[in-house]
Amino acid sequence: MSGAAASGGLELEVTGASKRFGTNQALDDVSIKVRKGSVHALLGENGAGKSTLVKCVMGFYQADSGRVAIDGTEVEIVNPRDAHALGLGMVYQHFTLVPNMTVAENLVLARAHLPAVVDWRKETAELGRFLETMPFKVPLDATVAHLAAGEKQKCEILKQLYLRRRLLILDEPTSVLTPGEADEVLGMLRGLAQSGALTILMITHKFREVLAFTDEVTVLRRGKLAGSGEPRKLGADAMARMMIGSQTIPPPAARSGKSGDIRLEIDGIEALNDVGEPAVKGLTLTVRGGEIVGIAGVSGNGQRQLVEVLAGQRDHTAGQIVVHGDVFGATRTEMRRHHMAALPEEPLRSAAVGKMSVEDNMALRVFDQPPFASWGWWLHRAPVRRAAEKLIDRYRVRTNGPGAAIATLSGGNVQRAVLARELGSDVDVLIAANPCFGLDFAAVADIRGQIMQTRNRGAAVLLVSEDLDEILELADRIVVMSGGKIVYETPASGADLTAIGKHMAGH
Amino acid sequence: MMGEEAVTATPRVGLPSASILPGLRALANALVQPVAALIVSLLLFGLFVAFAGVNPLHVYAYMFQGSFGSWFSVQNSVTRASPLILTALCTALPAQLGLMIIGGEGALVMGGLFAALVGVGMNGASPLLVQCTMALVAMVAGGIWIALAGGLRHWRGVNETISSLLLVYIAIAILNHVVEGPFRDPKSLNKPSSPSIGDANLIGNIPGTEIHWGLVFGLIACVIAYVLINRTAFGFSARVAGGNVRAARMVGLPVGRLVLTVCFLGGAAAGLAGMVEVAAVQERANASLIAGYGYTGILVSFLARHNPLAIVPVAILLGGIGASGGLLQRHLDLPDAATVVLQGILFVVILASETYQGRLRLFPERAGE
Repeated sequence: MSGAAASGGLELEVTGASKRFGTNQALDDVSIKVRKGSVHALLGENGAGKSTLVKCVMGFYQADSGRVAIDGTEVEIVNPRDAHALGLGMVYQHFTLVPNMTVAENLVLARAHLPAVVDWRKETAELGRFLETMPFKVPLDATVAHLAAGEKQKCEILKQLYLRRRLLILDEPTSVLTPGEADEVLGMLRGLAQSGALTILMITHKFREVLAFTDEVTVLRRGKLAGSGEPRKLGADAMARMMIGSQTIPPPAARSGKSGDIRLEIDGIEALNDVGEPAVKGLTLTVRGGEIVGIAGVSGNGQRQLVEVLAGQRDHTAGQIVVHGDVFGATRTEMRRHHMAALPEEPLRSAAVGKMSVEDNMALRVFDQPPFASWGWWLHRAPVRRAAEKLIDRYRVRTNGPGAAIATLSGGNVQRAVLARELGSDVDVLIAANPCFGLDFAAVADIRGQIMQTRNRGAAVLLVSEDLDEILELADRIVVMSGGKIVYETPASGADLTAIGKHMAGH
Repeated sequence: MMGEEAVTATPRVGLPSASILPGLRALANALVQPVAALIVSLLLFGLFVAFAGVNPLHVYAYMFQGSFGSWFSVQNSVTRASPLILTALCTALPAQLGLMIIGGEGALVMGGLFAALVGVGMNGASPLLVQCTMALVAMVAGGIWIALAGGLRHWRGVNETISSLLLVYIAIAILNHVVEGPFRDPKSLNKPSSPSIGDANLIGNIPGTEIHWGLVFGLIACVIAYVLINRTAFGFSARVAGGNVRAARMVGLPVGRLVLTVCFLGGAAAGLAGMVEVAAVQERANASLIAGYGYTGILVSFLARHNPLAIVPVAILLGGIGASGGLLQRHLDLPDAATVVLQGILFVVILASETYQGRLRLFPERAGE
């Protein structure tokens, strides 16, 4: 443990790592070598074993077999504390900062040993000196909750550097960042690595980032090593083939059909957020059948509350929603009559019951209808299972069977299960919110294709997304939401990106 | 789409598609934790009585004798279990919705009080009619009592655990007020009581036993509750709302109505327990209704993991522990409250063992991804 005084990036070598969970071989004889001072990408689809591998390195799991060597010396990492002592640090997909504390407090808090009384003047001075050595700045006395996502991610990285970590493992570090923020953070990480101060292993599934910012790549597929090499020599196609193997990725679904009558009218809707402040402020919007309207905007401008109102998860305080000409009150009968469907973000939190089985979750919309229930009352298990088996098959949901709790599925498969339930029968109106968030690209292509097909079949689709590329790919018409209102509207063909960006930023 | 195909299939009462063996395994796995908690609690209790200067082995022997060692003690245990079965439902049913109701005692008191009012008021009518009305009114009274806590939760965001507990004290105050004032039997001197409902209206014992019919009420209620939760669309809706209220609202389930209905049903079960106490044991409403059955019911529900069918054996077990108190007092000179200590230990151990839920297994299950 000579790590404390030494500095500079570490070399990490994992040889023959295997890990089994029950009957599921999550890792099967995987080896990876991360050179000193390099940026190394770990690519793979959902469930390919990326997280399992880094969790074994960080001591969250114990590999069943395999060796880990740091700078050529074999080490035993039994728990995360061992990993930290060796100079290994991890940055998670979701932030681990305390939101209502300042940046300085968060940094000091992260230290393993804190004095009983913290001398804040001394600590702040030291933090100031530490920040001067860093290639980027974060305001020390700002409250974390008020920082933008990019700033928070920088804080997470600063925290690791402050703790003198010399090898950083980042789990999809850019999934919550705008493209601009992502480029800034990754460029800075790459600079740190090139200066020799740090080695970086980054889980990702964005090819663009792999090609632009990493020196080497290791690809996993279904727990096995699928290949490795230099990204720029391999190229995106070769990496994609390693990732998905022989399976083919559907090309973007073609747009067909014309938009029809108005299906969904949102008329002067107002809604509050969780702390009772106005979040949606008199929003008016119409969506026609056979049309995708994309709502662009920086998160936190009322999109979430708008989607919750439309999905029946939040009451609105003013205005009305009209579907097929009828005022819509989000009751089960109305949802059924109008063939409403929704794909909310974070499906496990918003659209599924984690501890219930996949088949039960797939029946949430229909369990009280024949043939799943007699007289809307007495349940029949067998039709529920048969229907679920069909959906699992048709939408390729990877699960240990229809009886497995849905929380045991990977994120992409939970989303697919919800998608199967929502789009598996007729849909006239679809509300989708960040439907591809955090999914790998095969799943993204698949889900976007499903949404397009739903549109082509004549449904009115309202798509809220923080991913502008997604909106540009799917939408027929783009509106920008800012401060709880629609502030800009443009047809998707020939949309002016500068104008959209300006309105997103609130100008 | 998924509907059309399945319409042609013969609808039949679905049986769990798994064969019986995995079912037994699941049962064994489900039993590990409560049984382990019971054993740990008995060991801790042994330690406790050892400090009181009594040989723990004698204690265990007398406890067995006093609870299940003879036909007499079995009947005693089962009789004590019958109100517990009903009050446990008052915690177990709302628990399906994710609500933690601990005010079964209040619903029992209200049920008992109103049963007595009706029983006295209808004196002279046909006993069966009186008994049915008593049961019905008691269930409505108990149901409304717990539905109040549910309503406060749903419309006002008041924590249902706290409000249901506080409602117990209000119920007790109402009972005391009524039996000490407007509805006092002048003959009840040092224990203010309502007038007797009359011998004719007592519900009596199951023929050939000393066990009153309340046990049968409890068994029926548990079976109905189990079927309701596991086999009906209503129970399914409740479990969905209990598992994730956002998902429930997304598919348009009436969450507020579910909360009120389930709380009402839980309270109705506890209210029925109050009616049984009046119509089978006390003959009148008085402070004897406040015997802690509501609180022990919480313990029963937790030990049974809020499963209505598991409530029955657990209630009989706890009834047995209670029944053995007298024997411990007479033979080992332990205070009568010693069994309450055991109940307390059991509750703490059960709560502490929640961390091990699903981790203690006799048979490994096929693991998830």
